[in-house]
Amino acid sequence: MSGSTDERPPNALPVRDGVRAPREVPDDPLPCPARATEALPAPSDWTFELIQRYHEVIRATAGRFGLDTYANQLEIISAEQMMDAYASSGMPVNYRHWSFGKEFIATEKNYRRGQMGLAYEIVINSDPCVSYLMEENSMAMQALVIAHAAYGHNSFFKGNYLFRMWTDASSIIDYLVYAKNYVSECEQRHGLEEVEAVLDSCHALMNHGVDRYRRPSKLSLAQELARREDRETHAQAQVNDLWRTLPKKTRSADEAAEEASAVRFPEEPQENLLYFIEKKAPLLEPWQREIVRIVRKVAQYFYPQRQTQVMNEGWATFWHHHLLNTMYDDGFLTEGLMIECLKSHTNVVYQPPVGQRGYGGFNPYALGFAMFTDLKRICEAPTEEDRQWFPDIAGAKWLPTLHHAMQNFKDESFIGQYLSPRLMREFRMFSIVDDQKESDLFVSAIHDESGYRRVREALSRQYDLTSREPNIQVWSVNLRGDRSLTLRHIQHDDRPLDGNAQEVLRHVARLWGFGVHLESVNGAGAITKRWSVSAPDV
Amino acid sequence: MQQIIDRRLSGGNKSIGNRERFLRRHKDVIREAVKRAIDSRSIRDIERGEDIRVPRKDIVEPVFGHGSGGVREIVHPGNQDFVRGDRIARPKGGGQGQGNGQASNQGEGDDDFIFHLTKEEFMEVFFDDLALPNLTQNELADVPEYKTHRAGLTTDGTQNNLHVLRSMRGAMGRRIALGAASHRELEALQRELDELERTGALATAPERRLALEEKMMELRARIGRIPYLDPFDLRFRNRVRIPVPTSKAVMFCVMDVSGSMDESRKDLAKRFFILLYLFLTRHYEKIDIVFIRHHTQAEEVDEETFFRSTETGGTVVSSALTLMNEIARERYPTSEWNIYGAQASDGDNWYQDSGICRAILADKILPLCRYFAYVQVAEPEQNLWSEYASLAAEAKAFAMRKVTDITQIYPVFRELFKKEGVSP
Repeated sequence: MSGSTDERPPNALPVRDGVRAPREVPDDPLPCPARATEALPAPSDWTFELIQRYHEVIRATAGRFGLDTYANQLEIISAEQMMDAYASSGMPVNYRHWSFGKEFIATEKNYRRGQMGLAYEIVINSDPCVSYLMEENSMAMQALVIAHAAYGHNSFFKGNYLFRMWTDASSIIDYLVYAKNYVSECEQRHGLEEVEAVLDSCHALMNHGVDRYRRPSKLSLAQELARREDRETHAQAQVNDLWRTLPKKTRSADEAAEEASAVRFPEEPQENLLYFIEKKAPLLEPWQREIVRIVRKVAQYFYPQRQTQVMNEGWATFWHHHLLNTMYDDGFLTEGLMIECLKSHTNVVYQPPVGQRGYGGFNPYALGFAMFTDLKRICEAPTEEDRQWFPDIAGAKWLPTLHHAMQNFKDESFIGQYLSPRLMREFRMFSIVDDQKESDLFVSAIHDESGYRRVREALSRQYDLTSREPNIQVWSVNLRGDRSLTLRHIQHDDRPLDGNAQEVLRHVARLWGFGVHLESVNGAGAITKRWSVSAPDV
Repeated sequence: MQQIIDRRLSGGNKSIGNRERFLRRHKDVIREAVKRAIDSRSIRDIERGEDIRVPRKDIVEPVFGHGSGGVREIVHPGNQDFVRGDRIARPKGGGQGQGNGQASNQGEGDDDFIFHLTKEEFMEVFFDDLALPNLTQNELADVPEYKTHRAGLTTDGTQNNLHVLRSMRGAMGRRIALGAASHRELEALQRELDELERTGALATAPERRLALEEKMMELRARIGRIPYLDPFDLRFRNRVRIPVPTSKAVMFCVMDVSGSMDESRKDLAKRFFILLYLFLTRHYEKIDIVFIRHHTQAEEVDEETFFRSTETGGTVVSSALTLMNEIARERYPTSEWNIYGAQASDGDNWYQDSGICRAILADKILPLCRYFAYVQVAEPEQNLWSEYASLAAEAKAFAMRKVTDITQIYPVFRELFKKEGVSP
């Protein structure tokens, strides 16, 4: 060892304002300081003391691989509490809504019937990062969950660019507490039905309530509160602007029509429907606007998770596997415990082939785990094929390579960048084109030399949220006439909307307060279908 | 070391609010299901939960999604024997399930969403618009029971409630406040005197010492005149009487067991009693049941004998009412008990007795009762019915109905105990 621990490498980020600089990822795993003289006890029942001891070893091991995490908070909960957490989208606190009750009932039913194991984990992207350990878990499962959630997911939350950019781990819990209180205050003041109606409508548009490209500014809870009142009065004033464009004097019809076509509102199409409604819907009360905002904020918080399913689960699974194996090699774990962990691990990464009962597309755990494992293999033992496909990482140090991949990609780009031909062969991937105009489906590519690129591109596209969800934008508002709002669905590959469109549109109309139209536009710019909902009765 | 927190004991059942909202949203479906269940179930096991089916379309939360059609390219794992360019017949149902989780939520439109209503929730719906008449008055207006509670301090009260500590503390505070100025002045004078003594100025002017001492004496006297304890200082413990609603009820089941009451009529009567009992359990913590059966004579029996044994002979209803009156006055003072009466009979009575029954009810029993319900389990209207009918016209706490079939029990029950303003 040279130099003291205080000396920082010249390229390290300085510590500023109490913000911890990201931990340096070592080129190679640090050596184990001391092999265990004796394996940790492995009874099937856990105790607090044992969890503590396992956690210390897992933490030390994770540290050797440079896993940089938020502080960990482990919480022991009961099965019912786990279901509570499941039902309110994994958050420890949330506003009240019937849909969470529905979710709870469905979860409970599946659990009671044994169709679903709850055991794995729930981990909350917050600072400190909260991981739930279920009391029913055996000691082996607790160790697995700690490695998976508290070090795998946690380091992903802290490291991945989407999470860094879009979510503020330190304030989310506070915000949800605020949201819960605000919603219940509204319920008291305006009645359950009123609030429920607004929430229903917002939930219908939740997927279209995110900013995809613009980064939101971070606000603390106190600032949020302080700004709410300003915002309410200000927003109301803004809305009134909408109506100021009414003609001051009578003009000829031609003139008016000309101007109507000239002044578009909004000037450019808007993709964040909830944001547009929050700011511009003419008839919403201030409290309704605030609820729209709350739903929008929550949607935005979950947006990165929806884009990094494969990576997030893959990363966590890779690390619980790797950490536990390392601990076993260093003599910390007994064989019995290791076998239980591996059995559980094997179940998690099982990928049923197409056509088999229970097949529901790719298992994100399986795909993600396979990709990170494969990435490590490419670094450590590249084949000729790997050198050709991944010239810059074949033979590189695996630890920094994996960290780089974890930090700078989302599912779509991760697959597009790192899915290797070997993995496509192992999974026996093939891609099927389903074109409505043809009578048959058609196999466009399989796992062979001529198909690798196409399969990879197709799979990557499959994880692109913008193609998975319909692209719907605010197109225009009829300022001169009936104040109706027109949305536009820009069809991708001629794919139409499903039968729910009319129903969702009714929700839009409820928020907008006037008539709403929706038009589907195909690639050629022609309108293929129209929906309309008239103004809701007040 | 980071901490491990045990949350198991805190905040279970967080979803209860969400569940309530879910149930509220599907109130109509649930009511319908509960009604059906009650029709088909035997009342004996009425107190259990029920599976509720909600049509899937009613619980879907719509979002914009892609329908089938257009061009889609999907990658699957597990290729068996396809090569590029193979054509596959399109499976029925418009394309294969997507792996993105939405398919499972919305795929099957026909499946109902089934969930279990707990026993408590079931009974809640069951008793939803029912409420006992006069219940509110009972709870608040003519409540005979009181409890006394401590309620702070007052300046007025009896000696035995005197709060010595608080009185003395108040007195001390007052003395300090009133004497403060004098004490301060006294101290200043004392200092001045000390100062003069120290400098020796007193030797030259002894009259100053006299003046000072005189002033000081005056001040001491003034301080001495502040009363040690003033009536003004006295504080007394305050006690208030708070009315306590009685939470005890007794239910008298009066039934005719003469020869004309056959098994099916008894069964009807029993269901009525059980329903009333269930209903009372919603409102009272403790419920006693007194079973009185009668033919020409009345006796108090246990439940088993009440429903099982058969007797023969004529019928004298007033015997039972007299017994009920005696038991009520002996064991169930109205100051502690809410008394409910339920009588079931086939309407047969010794013809001279009906007038007596009416008199006993009107003069003795009804003044004691919260409510008295008479159910006739046979069609023919005999003299007991007509006597009761004339009573029903004037007495508010009395109701009577005819029930001839099992399916009528529940509607009749609802009618007897309906909430005002809620249609049955």
